[in-house]
Amino acid sequence: MAEVILQGINKNFGETPAVSDLDLVIADGECVVLLGPTGAGKTTTLRLIAGLERPDHGRILIGGYDVAKEAPAGRDVAFVFQQYSLYPHLSVYDNLAFPLRSPARRLDKNEIDRRVREVARMVRIDHKLDNRSTRLSGGEMQRVAIGRALVRRPAIYLMDEPLSSLDAKLRADLRLELKRIQKELGSTLLYVTHDQIEAMTMADRIGILTEGRLAQIGTPREIYSNPANVHVAARLGQPHINLFPANLLPDSKIPAGTQTIGARTEHLDITLGGHVNAHVAWVEHLGDQNHLHIRLGDCKLTTLANPRLPVKPGDPIGLALRNPLYFGADGNRVV
Amino acid sequence: MSSVSTAHSVVEPSRTSKRIAASIVIIYAVITMIPLLWIVLTSFKSPPDSISYPPKIVFQPTLEGYCNLFTTRTRQTPDYIASLGEPTSTCDEITRSRNMVIAGASNYWPRFQNSLVIAFGSTFLAVSLGTFAAYGFSRFKIPLAEDLLFFILSTRMMPPIAVAIPIYLMYRQLGLSDTALGMILLYTAVNVSLAVWLLKGFIDEIPREYEEAAMIDGYTRMQAFFKVVLPQATTGIAATAIFCLIFAWNEYAFAVLLTSGAAQTAPPFIPTIIGEGGQDWPAVAAGTTIFVVPILVFTILLRKQLLRGITFGAVRK
Repeated sequence: MAEVILQGINKNFGETPAVSDLDLVIADGECVVLLGPTGAGKTTTLRLIAGLERPDHGRILIGGYDVAKEAPAGRDVAFVFQQYSLYPHLSVYDNLAFPLRSPARRLDKNEIDRRVREVARMVRIDHKLDNRSTRLSGGEMQRVAIGRALVRRPAIYLMDEPLSSLDAKLRADLRLELKRIQKELGSTLLYVTHDQIEAMTMADRIGILTEGRLAQIGTPREIYSNPANVHVAARLGQPHINLFPANLLPDSKIPAGTQTIGARTEHLDITLGGHVNAHVAWVEHLGDQNHLHIRLGDCKLTTLANPRLPVKPGDPIGLALRNPLYFGADGNRVV
Repeated sequence: MSSVSTAHSVVEPSRTSKRIAASIVIIYAVITMIPLLWIVLTSFKSPPDSISYPPKIVFQPTLEGYCNLFTTRTRQTPDYIASLGEPTSTCDEITRSRNMVIAGASNYWPRFQNSLVIAFGSTFLAVSLGTFAAYGFSRFKIPLAEDLLFFILSTRMMPPIAVAIPIYLMYRQLGLSDTALGMILLYTAVNVSLAVWLLKGFIDEIPREYEEAAMIDGYTRMQAFFKVVLPQATTGIAATAIFCLIFAWNEYAFAVLLTSGAAQTAPPFIPTIIGEGGQDWPAVAAGTTIFVVPILVFTILLRKQLLRGITFGAVRK
């Protein structure tokens, strides 16, 4: 395990910038999750660290060494791809043993066997070691892919949306398991996802990427409650944060320069039978809570509500803000 | 009911259409097999039976054709033959019954060996070069890649024999005429374009992530190529190898032109059998029958890969 540092990384594909001026420090034993929409440069960042792409500018240090000239094999990283990661002509056992049998390592047979079986137990695939890798379910394949990374003790684990092709239940299980394993091994992990629940639950720190730039990095709590700009705020929160013009709701505390207000469920107070400034447009019943769609002037807002709140479409309600997020004309926070 | 049977027919052809399809396939197979069957039957006929009219379907099988194929014989007087001891082999006996004795081995076996060396040698070279070239075109940014690929393909746009005379002159200058090396190089040159194009298609279909995973797992690109790409390209390699082998094995025109002795292959040799002591059709047929066997064996060994290979791309994964 080691510290990984990215300094001023730039990478263009032809005319298109994929990563711009990226500075990132991943501490030894830390789990950093990169969150961002498709095309934000998340995967490119991982591939740059792994050596599958070369940066146009900038330095990458793994454990204090500049790895610019190292081939992927020499960088001591492990990579879990989003898909296609298992060698289809090999058994599960041989897939797990593949990195250990590489000419770069040359471990003896007993040691390989011991490590393969240990990791197979860890990712709960030890009952299928002799299966062809193509004869597995999606979840099993992905567990083997993760196992093939874990079988080594590299400087850093790089994982590119390893759970995205799985169904919801399996994803939740594996998410927990991955976090447990990472804690147990104390491993350095850079994890890429566009799933905010994965990001919130697994990360020590979350980095938000937009258009190849690191918009903000911080603990999940910081990113959620203290977003630097509209892009970051829009990444987290379910339902999606409501953004509307500053003059739409009366709020005495609006700071100067505010153009847009961002309000999540916890920033909206609903009162019934008093002052009326909005109407319920639609109610979605989720079971434990309701999605309340509210019409406020020309704007539509969505918020969560207690299912016992007695409202139906068309009902008048009172809406008030409680410490919402204020954004200026440039999209940055105004405090 | 009708809707059910319609839905059924979409998934599974009806019994009648299956039968019609099967009969068409069988008829076609029989028609294409008749010449082969004719050759095999002729190889077991005696020379008079082989030219009798109408052709004999039922006849007394004999190994005379095969004996004549592998031996040279001289005519002798019956007295001389009678003075010899017991015949040493079946062939000896058959030959003596024709008032001849075996003088020695014919050139068929050496020519057959030449065919084996040249065809398998050039196939191995063409497929190896083709695999590496196809991998390069598939994975790396090569300047003018499109033009290079077109250039490689363009070598196939005319019949190879069109360049026979320049090649003949060139080979004479280089001392490659009538050498196995010369023929291997020639057939490799003709086949490599086919190999590059066929294999590029196969390698394009293998996701890069496999090699990238292997490279991160501690292998160099070359090692990743052998450990991960090659095993997955076996289908394509097998199919390509069969196509290359069939061309090199059956090639006649260049072989006639460029080989006459030491490096002569079987195709130009077989017709020369006719000239030796009358029209010996059974010997020609025997030579042809044996000549078909290696391709048959090779194709049967690789038939699973070949089938997957030639239907490749028909179904998207």
